[in-house]
Amino acid sequence: MSAHATTYVPKSRLAKWFESRLPIVGLVHSSFIAFPVPRNLNYFWTFGAILVAMLASQIVTGVWLAMHYQPSGTEAFNSVEHIMRDVNYGWLLRYMHANGASMFFIAVYAHMFRNLYYGSYKAPREVLYILGVIIYLLMMATAFLGYTLPWGQMSFWGATVITNILAAIPIVGDTIQSLLWGGYSVGNPTINRFFSLHYLLPFMIAGVVVLHVWALHVTGQNNPTGIPIKSGKDAVPFTPYATIKDVFATVVFFAFFAYWIFLQPNYLGHADNYIPANPGVTPAHIVPEWYFLPFYAILRAVPDKLGGVILMFGAVIILALAPWLDTSRVRSANYRPIYRQFFWVFIFCCFLLGWLGSKPPEGGYVLAARIATFYYFAHFLIVMPLVGLFETPKPLPGSILESVTGPGKQVGSSGMPAGAAAAPPTKG
Amino acid sequence: MIRTRALVAAALAAMLSGTAALAEDHGALPPREKWTFSGLFGTFDQAQLQRGYQVYREVCSNCHSMNYVRFRNLAEEGGPDFSESQVKALAAEYKVKDGPNDAGDMFERPGRAADKLPAPFPNDQAAAAANGGKAPPDLSLMAKARTFARGGLWFLIDWLPFIGYTEQGPDYIHALLNGYEENPPKDVTVPEGGHYNAYYPGHIIAMPKPLSDGQVTYPKAADGNPVVPETLDQYSRDITAFLMWTAEPHLLARKQLGLRAILFLLALAGLLYYVKKKVWSDVGGETHGLQPELHKTG
Repeated sequence: MSAHATTYVPKSRLAKWFESRLPIVGLVHSSFIAFPVPRNLNYFWTFGAILVAMLASQIVTGVWLAMHYQPSGTEAFNSVEHIMRDVNYGWLLRYMHANGASMFFIAVYAHMFRNLYYGSYKAPREVLYILGVIIYLLMMATAFLGYTLPWGQMSFWGATVITNILAAIPIVGDTIQSLLWGGYSVGNPTINRFFSLHYLLPFMIAGVVVLHVWALHVTGQNNPTGIPIKSGKDAVPFTPYATIKDVFATVVFFAFFAYWIFLQPNYLGHADNYIPANPGVTPAHIVPEWYFLPFYAILRAVPDKLGGVILMFGAVIILALAPWLDTSRVRSANYRPIYRQFFWVFIFCCFLLGWLGSKPPEGGYVLAARIATFYYFAHFLIVMPLVGLFETPKPLPGSILESVTGPGKQVGSSGMPAGAAAAPPTKG
Repeated sequence: MIRTRALVAAALAAMLSGTAALAEDHGALPPREKWTFSGLFGTFDQAQLQRGYQVYREVCSNCHSMNYVRFRNLAEEGGPDFSESQVKALAAEYKVKDGPNDAGDMFERPGRAADKLPAPFPNDQAAAAANGGKAPPDLSLMAKARTFARGGLWFLIDWLPFIGYTEQGPDYIHALLNGYEENPPKDVTVPEGGHYNAYYPGHIIAMPKPLSDGQVTYPKAADGNPVVPETLDQYSRDITAFLMWTAEPHLLARKQLGLRAILFLLALAGLLYYVKKKVWSDVGGETHGLQPELHKTG
């Protein structure tokens, strides 16, 4: 734990007594107050804080919803309507929770795109990054389980489709499927265990988030130049600088969040989910929530069921291999003229896959999905290794400070009082 | 600039062509109507909701249940706004089965405000048996449970304030009620028990034309003249507004609280922006004093 050597000095006798027994205040101090933050971070670096806020929001609204929700095949839909109509501000809790899932994914995708663009996944941040991929996988599982709980038509048929594709896994597929179903089809036992798992996974996410933050504070944050902090002049202390920036960005994000909750609460959902689940009637189009659409497009692009499942999960797993697939020694795409172009093609490809996932799997849509799927994987397996070998990167600035002030430019004295960064700031 | 314009034009063309293609595949797109409840400041017209309830009670409720709505809801703020005594009287018109009582018998009593709006059939099977094999759907959530795809790329802007469009559900219901055609196109054969509707997916709907001009007599104004025309178009607007309310009874509270929440958050963000600017203003060319062992980065 030497990485948590701290500048925290307990002042009162009680604080000294406590710190010598459990140095948690010092840990928080070194992680969120004195922690050196590169001074050149842009607003894409605020999504980490936004994600923490979203996780907290989802857990709080979820715990409250669970007090009124009934996980049962006959009562789930009714209990959701009970929440919407009769529970005080139940409509607010439910719309916050349902739209919160979408906001959570918007934030996580911004966080991931930032990571890929600035090469944050590269050494020494591989473990930090893989923990992030694990969080993303847990989020996907949680969101899928949560979407089944209202037990509308799309809940039921989404659960049916996804549990059916798991059956394609060789040898253990059938066992996994009957374990999830709790029987021989999606039904009452399914919703019970999905509810249980949906309540469990967010706390597992919270646990991995702690590891993610721990790993971050060992390696430090990446920044738009991709070069490390070399001296104290490259950095500012987390508090107040990053704190106030994160709080500001989170409030802006929550204003956006509030727009969806209060004024477009059903836009990101499906009308079919306001029809109670009916095993006898299949909806015209079974589509997942928007944040799964790219993976759904990949699944359906493959004519073989098992192949589709492998590629769909492979599309997430391959993210975890990026630190070793990317051969460039330069992190930030700002200094990688060729890779940067490929990066934007990749982003376009992700959006295209998302759009194709919402379309019926027929005709030109399938062909386009196949091309986009090929490119998605090619970005990791061909572009990342090869471009790194052949590309001539632009010259990097000498330091983060230089990237802000310009090379060789003599800067005047900073307005920051000497020692302000080391000691806990005494002012605002 | 020219390039941007060309891109915008291409995007618009893609949107429009998408819409046209859709119209051919799935039948006519419902026309876009004006609703009091749409938009940031949308609200319900109490008189319209009361008329809509009358249409439901006199026409729809013969076949369709309304299981999530209780009589007391009719008196709640932001809804049809009947008085409590009116609601009691409306509920008391019905006989409700209750029990078992102390002797273990089921009994009938007059309806109370806490009762659900009575369903026309005791169960789904009875409803299906009386309606050609398929139970008429519950109407409580209908305005949120139906929609149609506009196609193209409209989804990119439809969620926006002022220029957006999210009343597909109500527009579909209104169009459906007005979409019955006595003389279907020549290439369509309407099976027995089916009815041709221009807006129903597949065009053959089991529900016979439920509303026509003059069918429901609305309360007259003090001078004896009708307040609104007693036409199919007016009935369908009133019932659609009523169904939007039954689907989203807290719509008014939601929008009112939402505007305040958003304004509060934006104002807070504005203040925080200046605090942030002030805090960062002392980050000049140099910063000092970070502990070297705290930033061992790779």
